[in-house]
Amino acid sequence: MTNKAKLHIVESAAKYIFTFCAVLAVFAVCSITVYMIAKGTPAFKNVGVSELLFGTLWKPTAAEPSFGIQYIILSSIVGTAASVLLGVPIGLFTAVFLTEVSGKRLAAVVQPAIELLAAIPSVIYGLLGLMLLNPLMYKLERILFAGSETHQFTGGANMISAVLVLAIMILPTVVNVSASSIRAVSKELRAASMALGASKMQTIFKVTVPAAKSGIMTGVVLGIGRALGEAMAINMVAGGSVNLPLPFNSVRFLTTQLVSEMGYAEGIHRQVLFSVGLVLYVFIMVINLLLLKLRKEAVENEA
Amino acid sequence: MKKKTLKTAAAIFAACMMLGSLAGCGSVENETTTAAAAEIKKSTEAAQTTKAETTQAENLSGTVTLAGSTSMKKLCEAMSEGFMETYTDITVTVEYTGSGAGLESLVQGSIDIGNASRALKDGEKEQGAVENIVAIDGIAVITDKDNSVKDLTAEQLADIYTGNVTNWNEIGGEDEAIVVIGREAGSGTRSAFEELLKIEDACSYAQELDNTGAVLAKVASTPGAIGYVSLDVIDDSVLALSLDGVEASEANIVAGKYLLSRPFVMATMGEISEQNELVRAWFDYVASEEGQSIITDIGLILPQ
Repeated sequence: MTNKAKLHIVESAAKYIFTFCAVLAVFAVCSITVYMIAKGTPAFKNVGVSELLFGTLWKPTAAEPSFGIQYIILSSIVGTAASVLLGVPIGLFTAVFLTEVSGKRLAAVVQPAIELLAAIPSVIYGLLGLMLLNPLMYKLERILFAGSETHQFTGGANMISAVLVLAIMILPTVVNVSASSIRAVSKELRAASMALGASKMQTIFKVTVPAAKSGIMTGVVLGIGRALGEAMAINMVAGGSVNLPLPFNSVRFLTTQLVSEMGYAEGIHRQVLFSVGLVLYVFIMVINLLLLKLRKEAVENEA
Repeated sequence: MKKKTLKTAAAIFAACMMLGSLAGCGSVENETTTAAAAEIKKSTEAAQTTKAETTQAENLSGTVTLAGSTSMKKLCEAMSEGFMETYTDITVTVEYTGSGAGLESLVQGSIDIGNASRALKDGEKEQGAVENIVAIDGIAVITDKDNSVKDLTAEQLADIYTGNVTNWNEIGGEDEAIVVIGREAGSGTRSAFEELLKIEDACSYAQELDNTGAVLAKVASTPGAIGYVSLDVIDDSVLALSLDGVEASEANIVAGKYLLSRPFVMATMGEISEQNELVRAWFDYVASEEGQSIITDIGLILPQ
């Protein structure tokens, strides 16, 4: 066999291997989508779309069961939104500190610390929330609701605990993505701003951060995705009863709904849990499509 | 060039969708999991199977059919798995239709054994069903260690779980809010607890946790908490309350004095000795050392 022929075989073999791997990933996405839709839609037929999505009563095992997941959807939305509102400013300011304010030596300490934060498994966050946050929340709850006739005491497992845990969990994502996009802002822009007499802080807020906007938004959207999809940590701290998402209520999210009831659910109850999964899946898909759009915009901006 | 890539992408997508829908069609997940579980059991137990059992097993073949209580699912799954390991030619099928429906099928003669997670009613006994209690399910009510309340009446307990009583001082304790902790919908412990107190789906839980360990840990660490768990998992971190003056103990449960307990019955038409040899083999297995250890392993109490 000539060298040329050998080369040809290697070339085409490599090509097929790469193609196969790519197909595998696409296949996974497609089959998951098909599966979720196939498994998640029967309950909509059996229970009724509006009854399922907008019903507020969750009694799946009652003699006359009702499968309303409105409070669960609301809890997921409110919990995610609140944790993003809390986590994004902190994350953004940390990113600004890392890239613009701190000296190289300090950044060398803070940056790895934040990366470590991302590496901690979510169950550890849950454990810490359970051991530290919940007792603290219970103390607060007892002071705030002392003598209340209507409040159901939850022992500190509530929405606030979940939001705090989520806010910490999305920090590394927001910090890392924001920091790298702030770093990518060209030096000339900063220099021009300074030359016009703007102070350092003015430059940061009026020039650098706006210039890095699309990258920062990407970080925010990634953070939303992380918060929405988190299950383990908040399952441990949120209490798990289906309630309106008020700060001191025990709440259940779309993710924790699946985690906690999948084990023994049967019949329509099981079907509804798949529908809950489908709702979560649609949310995540929307978030990711948004992300793709933002990335495209960012590329176009740079070009 | 661009057109070609698009075409390829479309082809890949179409192929994926087809494969995906094929995979989605058959609902095979249940069989696979039980098969996998059986595989694990096989490897651990193969060594323990005695020669006598294998020779006996060779002689019997056929099907044993059970139907009834959903609460007995865990017991029936574990038991039939072990049984089919020993008697490889006998197939056990279990349907979970509910205690009443199971006994009805038994009386009609469509199944061999009717499962019930309650004592048989007189009417059922008159029709010829015989109550064979194979295990007893006991539930303990627990509080944190600092709670001064040591005893509750069934009524007080029901009031706590339905939200009529929200502070321990209403039932003779200190001024401390009650944190009502329970299990998730679908849990056997939860359905038994609510059923025995007759507060099915009327409970307002402050926390719904998805496993026994979590309930235990939460109750232990939360002042004023109350929860319920299987009797066998109680440890020093919590206090088990007595109900109507009866302490939650195995002895009291076996004696039938403790409220939160229920028998798991595998009822037959006529005595066990009158059954066909397959059904007798089933009850022999349940009474064997292996069968008894399956019962205690899943947290149930052996009847005396």
